[in-house]
Amino acid sequence: MSNLWPRVEPLLARVEKPARYIGMERGSLRPEHRPSSTSWLLVYPDTYEIGLPNQGLQILYEILNERDDSVAERAYAPWVDMTAEMREQGVPFFSVDDHHAAADFDIVAFGLAAELVYTNVLECLDLAGVPIRAEQRRPEHPLVVAGGHCAFNPEPMADFVDAFVIGDGEEAVGEVTEAVGAWKRSGRTAREGVLRELATIPGVYVPSMYEVDYDGPFIAEVRPRFPEVPDRVDKRTVADLAEWPYPKQQLVPLIEVVHDRLNVEVFRGCTRGCRFCQAGMITRPVRERPVDQVRTMVADGLRRSGYDEVALTSLSTADFSGIDGLVAGLVNEQQGCGNVGLSLPSLRVDAFTVGIASEIQKVRRTGLTFAPEGGTWRIRQVINKLITDDDLFAAVEGAYSQGWQRVKLYFLIGVPTEMDEDTLGISHLAREVVKIGRQYTKKASATASVGGFVPKAHTPFQWFGQNGVAELHRKVGLLRDDLRKSGAQLRWHDPAATYAEGIASRGDRRIGRVIERVWRAGGTFQEWSERFVLDRWLDAMAAEGLDPEWYVTRHRTEDEILPWDHIAAGLHRDFLWDDWQEALAAHGLPDCRWTPCYDCGVCTDYALEHVVASAVPPAGGSQGTGQGLGFGREALTSVPVELITR
Amino acid sequence: MRGDSGFPVRVRFAKRGKVRFISHRDVARAFERAFRIEQLPLAFTEGFSPRPKVSFGLALSVGHESDAEYLDVELTEPIDTDALAERLTPALPEGVSATGAVRLIERAPALQESITEVQYRVATLDGRGQPVPDDVLDAAASGALASDTLTVARVRKGKESVDDIRPVLRSIEVDHDGDTPVLELTLLTQPRGARPREVLDALDSIVGVGLAEHRVTRTSQWIERGGARLEPLEADAFAPVLEASAS
Repeated sequence: MSNLWPRVEPLLARVEKPARYIGMERGSLRPEHRPSSTSWLLVYPDTYEIGLPNQGLQILYEILNERDDSVAERAYAPWVDMTAEMREQGVPFFSVDDHHAAADFDIVAFGLAAELVYTNVLECLDLAGVPIRAEQRRPEHPLVVAGGHCAFNPEPMADFVDAFVIGDGEEAVGEVTEAVGAWKRSGRTAREGVLRELATIPGVYVPSMYEVDYDGPFIAEVRPRFPEVPDRVDKRTVADLAEWPYPKQQLVPLIEVVHDRLNVEVFRGCTRGCRFCQAGMITRPVRERPVDQVRTMVADGLRRSGYDEVALTSLSTADFSGIDGLVAGLVNEQQGCGNVGLSLPSLRVDAFTVGIASEIQKVRRTGLTFAPEGGTWRIRQVINKLITDDDLFAAVEGAYSQGWQRVKLYFLIGVPTEMDEDTLGISHLAREVVKIGRQYTKKASATASVGGFVPKAHTPFQWFGQNGVAELHRKVGLLRDDLRKSGAQLRWHDPAATYAEGIASRGDRRIGRVIERVWRAGGTFQEWSERFVLDRWLDAMAAEGLDPEWYVTRHRTEDEILPWDHIAAGLHRDFLWDDWQEALAAHGLPDCRWTPCYDCGVCTDYALEHVVASAVPPAGGSQGTGQGLGFGREALTSVPVELITR
Repeated sequence: MRGDSGFPVRVRFAKRGKVRFISHRDVARAFERAFRIEQLPLAFTEGFSPRPKVSFGLALSVGHESDAEYLDVELTEPIDTDALAERLTPALPEGVSATGAVRLIERAPALQESITEVQYRVATLDGRGQPVPDDVLDAAASGALASDTLTVARVRKGKESVDDIRPVLRSIEVDHDGDTPVLELTLLTQPRGARPREVLDALDSIVGVGLAEHRVTRTSQWIERGGARLEPLEADAFAPVLEASAS
């Protein structure tokens, strides 16, 4: 492999943040590439600062470099100033570890955590000198692989990706390595051979092994092209997190990045059942890491990295069995070198959470964030975020009374059955929160952050027609008017970007051409507001003869073949449909960790079990889990959802 | 800032290679992590968010290398300063290496105010990206030293100004780094220092070849005090007690 550093170095004097491109993080490796090893380039297709902390990428980086038969380096999407320099000087896309050309790797693998990065994948491939479309690649080109949550609807990227890994990658990357290694040893002949081989690995989806037939705009059938290719690809799941204590040497970047701290994953999966949450649906069941292993990973990680902050990560960390003991232990253990800060992202909305927060933030109490997600109890039953107004008020009262001055509240707008009174419930809650805060401090402030809801694959809301741009703007306007002179601030996500995300999230294979057009028109870094222009997407849709409203705002019917129906997250389709109907009736569904199984399909079909140390709900009671709340079962009338039959 | 019973230490370090692309602030954060990795007994500031008591000298521009950077750190207990550099280097990013450490006297003046003179080795290129020959550099250097004023245009806090940097230009010599001709600049830091890039701009107004920085290394920093020119590790070092030095 040729080292590109001498050609990269002169460019760095001319770009902002040159340290994005130098690697050298503590924990990084410069693996020796041997002919016998399969080489992976792991790419996070966003800026270095966003991509570096990604735990999935770091976990696979270590696992692949520990194996005898594989090596892995990393790369991140170069910012636009750097890509301009690279194109001008003919410098191809490179790894940051040892500045090797991307095209020299056997596998270029992308982590897809958000749909709006799709155009960056094309930019990276093109900069690498690799044909962007899978069908144009020859045997000497790398295999292009993708994983991450977005892989659960792989179809919009099917034209560009040779193989997707669905679900947890820890085990699957080894099997992919072996298949690609065998292909290399056999002389790296036609790509179809290795692609057929890859398609037989559980959890691996090779789009080119499937034909899609259409009936007008609808999908008529998705057919495997060969007998050994499965009709349906099931996700991979690591049964026991204790066997995977990764990353063992978390990368410590030289420049500031997001989540710049030690991150220790305390559990994977979530069964709270929030119906809007794709992560919670596709990562089931709950698998807790043993508490002793968490302690060891925290202690080792702090000692190795020199970080003074550690985050215990998961989809809802307060649900971790024995969280209070763990937190107390970590807070009391002095590391010998100053205080270590502890942060718990994704906290529940309840008084118990505030208790933990006050335990860990003994000194500096500036801001605390809660995510009630919906403005009224009715809408929170629809989305299954089962916290009452009183839960929220008790939590913020606890926060303000214990010295916090700023409370931030996250909400979704544009969720199913939402009526204006639900939207205005958001401003009502925000005003109440300010009122509570002012009893304790004149400086009390509250911010309501609202984001437009984008329905995602493999959730009960996958059939829901998203709100259009104008409707979301109207709702933001309602809130803005209602919050004038209220003491509460309003922040909102751009409805135009929400719309484009809707195209990419539930798109089918035909959306690939749209993504390619947006990229060709210069639309990279689409999740960066200063780089996003919705017209690029609408123009591309028009040029391909596709109706964006059909993709974004249309309700789907039960019998419609969805583009991702041949990909399985383990959730039974009828479970999701029934849950969708329950949502429309504003019926909540309790967390199954501590209640009898209602057979969503994951544990039963995959012979998995929740790995939870505690058989009872977490300390603080059942708040938010929906137990003992006595749901009203009366059906609601006049909900603004019409299911269109075709 | 220094506590009464503290153990203040000054560390000298180099910054070379790829790591030259990280900022002054990034280096500071790397040192804080290295101190924690080595579990040094750091003293912390009081207040809402306690920070380790670390202070750095003059900032080095992103992209410049250095043989002689300095920082002061306050510890709560004595340590073996002779072993400190060797402990710190493995805990620092590759290319940042600690090259010496001394215990400081109590209440030593801060680095920022103490440093009076810095030296740079500057490899240059002309407007076409070619190395600049000796005779051109010689002409530029002697021309600059012969001038009474050397003006540069600056933007400071959004305002444009024209400043004379001749008073801070102590010497310019033309030397060689292998076959490459380089400029050795000695610049005063008071009343207001100049950057190598500004010196090159001024020199280019004499020779007009499009003189640009290629590679810049800060080679040394000095503290001039009472007529003596002191290396910062020597300047305020804690003197061994009388009995120890009497023999």
